[in-house]
Amino acid sequence: MSGVAMDRLLFGDNQFFGINHMSEEKARAQALQFRDTAAIIAVLDAAYDEGLRTFMCTTHERIGEICDHVRANPGRYQGFKFYPCMPYAHKYANAATDHGMVGAVMHFMPDDGILKTAVRGGVSLARKDVEGLAKILVDMEMKMFRGLETPVIFLQNVVVDLLLGMGMKDSFRIFHDYVAERYGAEAGFITMNLPALLDALDAVGIENPIVCSNLNKIGFRVSGGVEAYAETLRTRRVRAIAMSVLASGAIPPREALEWVAAQPNVEAIVFGASSRKNIRDTRTIVEGLQA
Amino acid sequence: MVKIGVAGLGKMGISHFSIVNSHPQTQVDVCDSSRTVLDVLGRYTGARVWRDYDAMLEEAGHDAVIVATPSRLHGPMVRKALERGLHVFCEKPFCLDWREAEELAALAAEKGLVNQVGYHYRYVGAFREMKRLVEAGAIGTVTHVLAEAYGPVVLKPKGTTWRTDRVEGGGCLYDYAAHPVNLINWCFGLPAHVSGSVLGAIFSADTDDEVYSTFAYDGGPSVHLSVNWSDESYRKMSTKLTLTGTGGRITADRQEIQAYLRAPVPGLEGYDAGWNVKYTTELTPAVRFYLRGEEYSAQIDDFVDAVRDGTPRSPNGFAGAAETDRTLARIVDDAARAPVAAPVAAPSPRRGQRRGWFGRRAAR
Repeated sequence: MSGVAMDRLLFGDNQFFGINHMSEEKARAQALQFRDTAAIIAVLDAAYDEGLRTFMCTTHERIGEICDHVRANPGRYQGFKFYPCMPYAHKYANAATDHGMVGAVMHFMPDDGILKTAVRGGVSLARKDVEGLAKILVDMEMKMFRGLETPVIFLQNVVVDLLLGMGMKDSFRIFHDYVAERYGAEAGFITMNLPALLDALDAVGIENPIVCSNLNKIGFRVSGGVEAYAETLRTRRVRAIAMSVLASGAIPPREALEWVAAQPNVEAIVFGASSRKNIRDTRTIVEGLQA
Repeated sequence: MVKIGVAGLGKMGISHFSIVNSHPQTQVDVCDSSRTVLDVLGRYTGARVWRDYDAMLEEAGHDAVIVATPSRLHGPMVRKALERGLHVFCEKPFCLDWREAEELAALAAEKGLVNQVGYHYRYVGAFREMKRLVEAGAIGTVTHVLAEAYGPVVLKPKGTTWRTDRVEGGGCLYDYAAHPVNLINWCFGLPAHVSGSVLGAIFSADTDDEVYSTFAYDGGPSVHLSVNWSDESYRKMSTKLTLTGTGGRITADRQEIQAYLRAPVPGLEGYDAGWNVKYTTELTPAVRFYLRGEEYSAQIDDFVDAVRDGTPRSPNGFAGAAETDRTLARIVDDAARAPVAAPVAAPSPRRGQRRGWFGRRAAR
């Protein structure tokens, strides 16, 4: 193993923002439970007390409140790390509807930038301009994590897979190099297309990458099928993080975790839970599998 | 190799480009009016770029085009492609004038060209299962359908783009309501009567933000349509159909299908009397490449495969989309015909721009 050390279990944040791939009713119940940020913090505290130290989270504006809280209470959260996942795609999608593709990007740029003026004027963008633009967007997403530990910074799957499909491999390299240079962090990539993404990362010289993708026994959103993923994990150099292990609850936890633990090269599992009991149950199962 | 041009690189076009470009059997060019977009794509993707659609059709040697430009441009662009013998995938809504939609459907059929419209809900596992259950007679004769779509698109008065101008094919009717209407057309065809239609503006200056209507089918179900894209209580677009029949009831959305059967139906495996629930996790097979939802990839792959071997697979041909265009036009006509009385003591709006509570907007 090389690069940054990762915990075996990472705590995710979908449950806090009313995201459930299986049921709108469950999603609504969760949104209600976590309407107040204090309720999110209570669950994070429970996760911390159960020994979890990594919070893999979107750059949703409410995460900013969590960051403020952790910064204000350093003693309570010693060794607590954030793995930011950017961008929070919804705000860009909404902006794209209102302002078009270029307009959406510009919408989030600082007003005084020379770049913004240039793009508005419809002039050609040089390579360094495109890179500069990408860097500004990363910085804007990273603002809320100022002063906190962010050893791995992820690009979200909607963006990764959009770029992957378009063949914009160089953008992965730009992201990879910039988060190392500016934040001393290792780049991570979330994808729904693991085998294809590894080919693209290989092509731009990103070796043994940290990649988070769906990995579950029933093949839910495992694009190309479970067999293709198993083969990829067996034969490629990758530091895999498994998500959607329970397939939104379609697989019972023990069965799901046993299956994923048996896959090669899976270094970590990201999971969400809304109660201390569920966090403890997951931790206990995973510890049992490691023993 | 299938050679394809993607015209219009807005939100849908860029997503279609990514999906179709990831297909191992395609070679894809892009066409857009924005030089900035073309510059970036040309440099970073290696795709050939075109600023002129006509030049692309003439010179690129494509087998097919994907048209994802603003709605009012669909008709003429699709016609040009068909006349050149190209297969066409067009984003929804198909044509703002249903007569043009029918003409293009006839033209594509006459020329034997693959024709498809991006009504991706027909590729959502739960809605496919809903249709299968209805056809298998799981709930007997369907007597009523409640078709709903809600989401948070326009939440305050704001500037106008083509998406917020009905003349351009924007607005809640064409953007949101088109989807549940298309699902109803899929199951029951063109309604015989459309009545009680309301096209209301909540925040928008130039279009509708809410759509309500009642459809009737001779010898078939009644349908209530209820659509609002100014509803912040939904995190994203949520489309739901509830079908009531003599033998039970079905509710389907993107995530799950719930079916109450009064009695088991012979030959229908996995459904018992009483409540049955199936989730997207079991209804939706994994796709080759996933971007925003299995349905977006599945529809594009069906199109590419059809172009490759000449065998249409999609449930979304031009003819079906023309039915939806025609239904939407009837809603517009009906809403213009019969004004609804305004409530007596409507609260005054906090912000300006809204033209009347339940305001009747001039149609078209």
